[in-house]
Amino acid sequence: MTKLLKPNESGYGLLESVNKPINRKSFFKFAGAGAAFTTLLLSGCNDDDDGKFNGVVYTPPTTGTDAVSLGSGDVGILNYAYALEQLEAAFYTQVITTKYAGMTALETQILTDIRDHEIAHREFFKAALTAAAPAAIIPGLTPNFSSINFNDRTSVLNAAKTFEDLGVSAYNGAGKLLTTPDFLVLAGKIVSVEARHAAEIRDLIENGTFSDTANNDKGFDLVADPATVLGAAKSFVKETIDFSKLPTS
Amino acid sequence: MNIPNLLTQIEKVDPEVYDRLDSRRAIFKHFAGFGKKLAVAAVPLAFSSMLNKAYGQTNRSVTDVLKFAFLLENLEAEFYKQAAAKDIFATPAGKKAFETIRDHEIAHVAFLKTALGADAPNYSADTFDFDAGGALGGKTFTDYGTMLAVAQAFEDTGVRAYKGQAAFLMSNNDVLQAALQIHSVEARHAAHIRRMRRDMATMPADQKPWITGKDRGGLPALIQPVYDGEDVTTQATVKITGTFGGITISDAAASEAFDEPLTTEQVTTIVTPFLK
Repeated sequence: MTKLLKPNESGYGLLESVNKPINRKSFFKFAGAGAAFTTLLLSGCNDDDDGKFNGVVYTPPTTGTDAVSLGSGDVGILNYAYALEQLEAAFYTQVITTKYAGMTALETQILTDIRDHEIAHREFFKAALTAAAPAAIIPGLTPNFSSINFNDRTSVLNAAKTFEDLGVSAYNGAGKLLTTPDFLVLAGKIVSVEARHAAEIRDLIENGTFSDTANNDKGFDLVADPATVLGAAKSFVKETIDFSKLPTS
Repeated sequence: MNIPNLLTQIEKVDPEVYDRLDSRRAIFKHFAGFGKKLAVAAVPLAFSSMLNKAYGQTNRSVTDVLKFAFLLENLEAEFYKQAAAKDIFATPAGKKAFETIRDHEIAHVAFLKTALGADAPNYSADTFDFDAGGALGGKTFTDYGTMLAVAQAFEDTGVRAYKGQAAFLMSNNDVLQAALQIHSVEARHAAHIRRMRRDMATMPADQKPWITGKDRGGLPALIQPVYDGEDVTTQATVKITGTFGGITISDAAASEAFDEPLTTEQVTTIVTPFLK
């Protein structure tokens, strides 16, 4: 609340800005929400005059041969989500390939479902970004799960909890960085599924802890900016992820 | 279908409903002709389409959205206040989970009340009819299965409702982020309630923390609108099903992987039976 009552960048405090109608540009983008996604992707991302794709130009790695730049604008945020989904999908694929000792039938079903959902998310971002921003899409990342003991239930479930809570906090923080309403809705469609995963994984570790992340005075879930999220994810990916061009507000 | 009564109820959700429609008089003139022109069965459909016209593509202000969220959070908070006080839980852990959720919903109400300030309507337990006009047979707080079913319906509706409003908040980053932080909590609640239902001996074994297709998981038909439209397997023209690296993504998995938004009009239709 402290933050909410402070004036935001546009000079409106919450109490004034709640009465401020949605801005014209956003409204017209929203009004066109029925249009095909691809069209929106293309028109929504290349409406500047610099001849670049929403300002994104491919930048060769600057911090070594294994650096990956997420890029800028909405495409940068989609790449950010794609990176996280790649990690999650790879993690659960490994979990099911090398099941921990004593994995129950119910746990197998839950973890297989989650694997499939994360693969669906990963493949969605891959297809959408390939169609809309072929020059800006990040490559497949190389996961590093050496800190996880895949034969140990506790190790696997704690890693899963870390990934799911991290995913929730990342999407919750990324919403405001997006400028295209359709992308916000898509991120919303995914984040609630990540939250369902997080709740179930937490309950597998200790029943009743599904939403302990919201045990605060406002009942708010986790939120984190890309720097914090990628800092936490850093040890799980071999490449260096350059997020310096992502929007910050 | 009692149209004037429904409109009165909708007015509680959205005091500006008449402004969104042509005018109060025009509506009643419109419906006066229904008896002659339309079969009774078609009236709900026509009513729904009228609401759709009223809310479809409407430019909702941030205040509109906050008020809408305030009603939904009050509905949940008042439900859990009563539910968590009952002694019909299968386990002590179940009761504790309801207390946890109750506290979150109360916190959401308090936050929205502060955010709305003088614009916050007054709601109380008396605002709501948790028996949905008799549709739940008076069992909402006396039968464990019914109580969980209502909780699941409210949570899954909440998740879809916030999703449908998010784009209206893009002009205000602080409010948008707050709404997202509430949205994912509702999803966590939904997953746990669904888990509690899965653990009931009488439940189908395939009850999951996530929504498969548009399956209402054994809930009464009254609840079906909460799940209609969840069976989507294409997102933004991308087909989600397929085989990737030897792993096949089924229709079920594709639909589970994405929760779908509900429009203001759809949520209003779902919530209206629970308003006195």
